Amino acid sequence: MTTALLENTTRTELWSGSVIDADVHANVPSMETLYKYQDRVWVQWAQERGWAGPSGLKVAYPPNAPTTSRDEWRLADAPPASDLGALQRHILDPWQVEKAVLNCYYAIDSLRHPDWAAALARAVNDWLVAEWLDRDPRLVGSLVVPARDPQAAADEIDRVGGHPGFRQVMLPVRSEQLYGQRAWWPLYEAVVRNDLVLGMHWGGTPDGAPSTSGFPSWYVEEYAAETQVYAAQVISMIAEGVLRKFPELRVSMLDCGFTWIPTWGWRMNKEWKGLRREIPWVDRPPMDLLREHFRFSIAPIDAGPPAQMAKIVEWLGTDDLLMFGTDYPHRHDDDIAEFLQVLPEGMRANVMSETARRWYRL
Amino acid sequence: MTAPTERPRGGKHVVARTDEIPPGSRRIVELDGRQIGIFNIDGEYVAFLHRCPHMSGPLCEGQVIGLVESSGPGDVRLDESRKFLTCPLHGWEFDVHTGQSYFDPKRVKAKRFPVEVRSGADVAAESAPGAPGTPEAETGAAPESDGRVPGPYIAETFEVAVEQDYVVVSTGRARRK
Repeated sequence: MTTALLENTTRTELWSGSVIDADVHANVPSMETLYKYQDRVWVQWAQERGWAGPSGLKVAYPPNAPTTSRDEWRLADAPPASDLGALQRHILDPWQVEKAVLNCYYAIDSLRHPDWAAALARAVNDWLVAEWLDRDPRLVGSLVVPARDPQAAADEIDRVGGHPGFRQVMLPVRSEQLYGQRAWWPLYEAVVRNDLVLGMHWGGTPDGAPSTSGFPSWYVEEYAAETQVYAAQVISMIAEGVLRKFPELRVSMLDCGFTWIPTWGWRMNKEWKGLRREIPWVDRPPMDLLREHFRFSIAPIDAGPPAQMAKIVEWLGTDDLLMFGTDYPHRHDDDIAEFLQVLPEGMRANVMSETARRWYRL
Repeated sequence: MTAPTERPRGGKHVVARTDEIPPGSRRIVELDGRQIGIFNIDGEYVAFLHRCPHMSGPLCEGQVIGLVESSGPGDVRLDESRKFLTCPLHGWEFDVHTGQSYFDPKRVKAKRFPVEVRSGADVAAESAPGAPGTPEAETGAAPESDGRVPGPYIAETFEVAVEQDYVVVSTGRARRK
């Protein structure tokens, strides 16, 4: 059973408290949608070339893949999740969502043109404000950036980051350079300066391999291997000292599950004890830094038997790390009802709303 | 002038002449059935049990390094006034003066032993038959050996030169009055 559709249950039967959905998506319906948010020069370029938008989107989310959208959420003549009415119908209303964090992955990073990428990011952000955030008070959102150029990304964060609807800066988890490295720091300065969260979501530059050792042959490999990309980025941000440099930085890891975190933490803590002098700015066990600076959306839950799942939750060592998110419209067959049963009672409200409320200052 | 001696009693062991463990070097000896490493760190002697509290690794074979500190990425400083013994198995660092682990000073500690430098004259006087602290002074018994030193020098005659200084390790098993 999946509870994303509230099958065989009702919202209040499932959970009678508040719901904050930390990960719902907005997809750009078409390049033409963005024309009115762009300078004419970019519109002319797109029209002259017949360019329909960044290619990376269909690499990260093959249009017909069952994981890209639940059948029930596909739209007749537009990409899934490309319409506010659909989001309201499918998630916000039936789930009685108090707040939802709207994420748009448009794969701007797959466009190498430095000026056009920045222009496209501006267009997407202005479209998000005008057609989503300003139209439903339940929505807050992530702004997109030209991620290949950290300074241009910082400029865009400063341009729109002050809009009260924006609470997060979206980065695709795959990148040419690991996110801990210093080239990214102007971007993080802007994130902190604007009191935003840094959010990483599945996707990323086509030249950044989705495995840590090159390109897989099959989509199933890529999809299943994504956790290792997130883990590599977490390790990089901790080891490089980003969290020491930016002690206020909050990082959300979205769409990567969480069952891998405890064993990852054991390993990182163990190695840190003997090698910490190589990275002396890391003055605490890495898992402590993770608990302080990172939050995770729960999808995909990757649930095993409930007894084993309960152990994994206990091993997290904190009740303030996980955030409910449907990842609408992507398909995860997570059984939220069963997961709520697994959670210690005192953790349920945190997962369903309160951790995200504090994290995003909602 | 030299005089034949016994080992000082009261859990004290003469392990070497000072010039046998020059600065930057170490010697691992067996005292009371335990292996103990004695280090000369910039002229100061310290002694550690040759056993890491983590997984019993050969701690005293590890490197002695200065403390690496940082206020943030890009800032890497070496404080050579603070030295740490590192275990060769996993690299854990132990403060040479306290035995405390760098990362968990409250709970993880390497076993240390007091070390002192004594003159040959003192060593000879303290270990002479009937001297305070020796068994014969306490019990009136005869010396347990004549000029043969237990511990690392078993079956070896150990000559104490009064003009030399000696490294003396206390293993904490002293029988004091």
